[in-house]
Amino acid sequence: MSERKFRQVGTRPIRHDGLDKVTGRAQFGADYSLPGMLWGKVLRSPHAHARIRSIDVSKALALDGVHAVITGADFPAAAAGSEAGGEGGATDFHDLGANVMARGKALYHGHPVAAVAATSSRIAEEACKRIAVDWQVLPPVLSLDAALAKDAPILHDDMRTTGDEPLPKGPTNVASRREMGRGDLAAGFAAADVVIEREFRTPMVHQGYIEPHAVLARTGEDGRSVVFCCTQGPFMVRAYCAKVLGVGTDTIKVVPTEIGGGFGGKTTVYLEPLAILLSRKAGRPVKMVMTREEVFRATGPTSGTHVRVKMGAKRDGTLTAAEAVLVYEAGAFKGSPVNAGMMTVFAPYKLANVRIEGWDVVVNKPKVAAYRAPGAPMAALATETVMDELARALGMDPIDFRLVNAAHEGVQATYGPKYRAIGFVESLQAAKAHPHYRAPLGPNQGRGVAAGFWFNAGLSSSANVALNEDGSATVVTGCPDIGGSRASMALMAAEELGIPVEQVRPVVADTESIGYSDLTGGSRVTFATGMAVIEAARDVVNQLRARAAKTWDVELDAVAWQDGRAVATNGAEGKHEPLTLKQLAGRASATGGPITGRASLTARGAGPGFATHICDVEIDRETGAVKVLRYTAVQDAGRAVHPSYVEGQMQGGAVQGIGWALNEEYVFDAKGALENPGFLDYRIPVASDLPMIDTVIVEVPNPMHPYGVRGVGETPIVPPLAAVTNAVQRAAGVAVRELPISPPKLLALLDAAS
Amino acid sequence: MAHVVFAPGLRRFTDGAESLDVDARDVRELLRALYARWPALEARLAEGTAIALDGEVIPNGEALFERLSPDTEVHFLPQIGGG
Amino acid sequence: MKLHVSTTVNGEPAEFLCSAEQSLLDVLREELHLTGTKEGCATGDCGACSVVLDGRLVCACLVLAPEAAGRTVETIEGVAKGAELHPLQQKFLEHAALQCGVCTPGFIVAAKALLERNPDPSEEEARYWLAGNLCRCTGYDKIIRAVLDTAAELRGVTR
Repeated sequence: MSERKFRQVGTRPIRHDGLDKVTGRAQFGADYSLPGMLWGKVLRSPHAHARIRSIDVSKALALDGVHAVITGADFPAAAAGSEAGGEGGATDFHDLGANVMARGKALYHGHPVAAVAATSSRIAEEACKRIAVDWQVLPPVLSLDAALAKDAPILHDDMRTTGDEPLPKGPTNVASRREMGRGDLAAGFAAADVVIEREFRTPMVHQGYIEPHAVLARTGEDGRSVVFCCTQGPFMVRAYCAKVLGVGTDTIKVVPTEIGGGFGGKTTVYLEPLAILLSRKAGRPVKMVMTREEVFRATGPTSGTHVRVKMGAKRDGTLTAAEAVLVYEAGAFKGSPVNAGMMTVFAPYKLANVRIEGWDVVVNKPKVAAYRAPGAPMAALATETVMDELARALGMDPIDFRLVNAAHEGVQATYGPKYRAIGFVESLQAAKAHPHYRAPLGPNQGRGVAAGFWFNAGLSSSANVALNEDGSATVVTGCPDIGGSRASMALMAAEELGIPVEQVRPVVADTESIGYSDLTGGSRVTFATGMAVIEAARDVVNQLRARAAKTWDVELDAVAWQDGRAVATNGAEGKHEPLTLKQLAGRASATGGPITGRASLTARGAGPGFATHICDVEIDRETGAVKVLRYTAVQDAGRAVHPSYVEGQMQGGAVQGIGWALNEEYVFDAKGALENPGFLDYRIPVASDLPMIDTVIVEVPNPMHPYGVRGVGETPIVPPLAAVTNAVQRAAGVAVRELPISPPKLLALLDAAS
Repeated sequence: MAHVVFAPGLRRFTDGAESLDVDARDVRELLRALYARWPALEARLAEGTAIALDGEVIPNGEALFERLSPDTEVHFLPQIGGG
Repeated sequence: MKLHVSTTVNGEPAEFLCSAEQSLLDVLREELHLTGTKEGCATGDCGACSVVLDGRLVCACLVLAPEAAGRTVETIEGVAKGAELHPLQQKFLEHAALQCGVCTPGFIVAAKALLERNPDPSEEEARYWLAGNLCRCTGYDKIIRAVLDTAAELRGVTR
């Protein structure tokens, strides 16, 4: 990668959509209304596991103000099987349809059973209460151990374990079992001087986005629907609703609103198919907004897990072997992120002998959805705490121990392929050199270090760059902006065109106004959508050069583009005054017509992102409370297009991880109802819990991207679970095997130790 | 010759082979060659598999026309998703 | 049976019809179409619905709409004065103190209330005042920096 001097990329302009957001003008999912609008509400299962014998909606329909009622019977029976679909791996539309509206069986407390559209939300709620469901209550399966027990109640009669032998036979709650690895594990452990084996449990946790799901759908007399919703993927919403409802994708237009957080939790559909169907039945627009309680009970948290990790090392610090068994909750339908857990668990390290096993297990809890680096944080918790213990046993500094074993370019990743250029070593070195690492610690204080890895995705994106007559440019893409990506799109277009970023308007368009784009997630927007923007902008530049060539009556190769101007070159130097973009844009109609560049691509070459985090905590031996005193996140971003938003991703991900380590957990009662479906008792970090989160951006450019960009959004949540755990273990002198390390739990550990 | 590596879980479909060198221009030809030799492999790879070519992980179905260079290393991996 | 309520919102007279159990948040959004104030939880835990009622910072989801009668309500829509942003709004933009932006109106209203009471808050004071406003995107770092920087600017201190 040549050392290009960037003029705009790497600066920190104010984001173009910022003004609307600080004034309250920006419209999020629940901020839209249409004349004649009805309100939709969902009737949800009060049982975690139950057969539906019958549903009687007559009394609901009879209520004044009720315009439509739907149940599972109103949906087409989807074909079984799955379709490979972009971001979420493969999506099983049979399962998705059943999750959106129960078909014959409720599989978690909160599972939608019916939905009502009425003239007010209060009438809709009242109507829901009048729907009579005849339930056959079944015993719920509420933990991994319970799901795997002999004679466990079975959630899906037709579930048979797929994957790698040996496989359980017959009815089961194990959706899949897979194995990967290489080398000779026994020989590897035999060669080790120290072997440590540990087991960890993490709870089901939620992405915790502040904006509940919301949708406004209108279906016309021609059966065509317009859907306004807060989503990470308008094209995903279109495709999934079409599948679930059995209609053509051309009958649905999705308009993505501003989105108040997603983190993976808005990469699927919940309310959207219901709102479309209700609006079709009622002949009026239908708005549906989840309550906070519904968000916690009935959207997609991430898996609770049980992970066992065993690692061996020689006295000189070299790892000789590593083994992991990961058992993840899928929730009510198959599909936990255990595969990613398997692939990331040892990814930062050089290992010749490794065996990894992963189990995907269904339980009567909400179906899990993606949560920022799905599957990786729980795996890293296990590895990085065992690494810390190994370092202590070997008398080595934790960062030095990792440096001895760190993967780098050319190393065969534990999940198979060889790494290209990666920045793990650089992030470790930057962490070691940071003043935080040398700062003294006081009594009851401890410092934890942990590493993290995420693949980052490429996938497909489209972009249009249109030049306006005044020389400004509009950049249109189809990826919702959840973290400031519009500013980065504008920066990249401005860089290519050579105009100030303030003259570029970035727009996120609906599904009828831009070509297909995969969703926002997988840390892919700045990388892949950015690549499309760069290509579209270069298309514009080539057209501008052609217009200049025409104007000067020279060949195209006699025109270069420099700093926003066409410059005569290649034998024609000095013969023509340079033409600015503004001048060329102003006379576009005369030289061939309006100038629009476009690109639609499937991005290759996404580069993995590595991070090293340092966390200092202080424990209170009286209360068990843990205070985070200091936190530093170091991460390889490849090339930071807008450094403020790269820092923001690092800080936000680190804090979600801190919450996961210290406070957050789903608490279920014996019947499978969530006891803490609100922000009071599902305790995410608040401002007074935290110090400033210091960040260091390392740049090892990704050779496969024109600017060297790597995705940055997901890696930051991978190290903190272990960084915090390692810090607490060192501060308290106790062994932590379960998250969250909430005060009662730490107190119990301290009491047991004394 | 693309060098295809089989993870332990796939080896029961490849008569125990841990790897194979295949002469193929692109992934589609490669897969044809593998399935011709081991028909049962096709169903197994159809369930949520991604392909890694020289370290780059490509989702299932997107990789068919990727050209293979004389020494491309090919791995089959579980399909994963981001958030 | 609907109640008729007359109140003042952002310095202007406003009136609406509501039922007794409707919240001020509902009415601001649905009747007065001021959708800048957001619902994150409806139980007073997240602060996304922060407004100022008779000079006091409150969660609009915990105030019954009829309670606004004869009082003054200030929302995010009233923070900027015409075309002039409040320094807090400007600093939030400069510090990139927002990512998705849904919590931002609540934070700005709450931070403005802080600075009107305490023009020189310490970092700790700012964090505790804002502990009732949840953000899931930023980790609070840049938000706190923006608030402290605004305080300094309003005091005329160069940083």
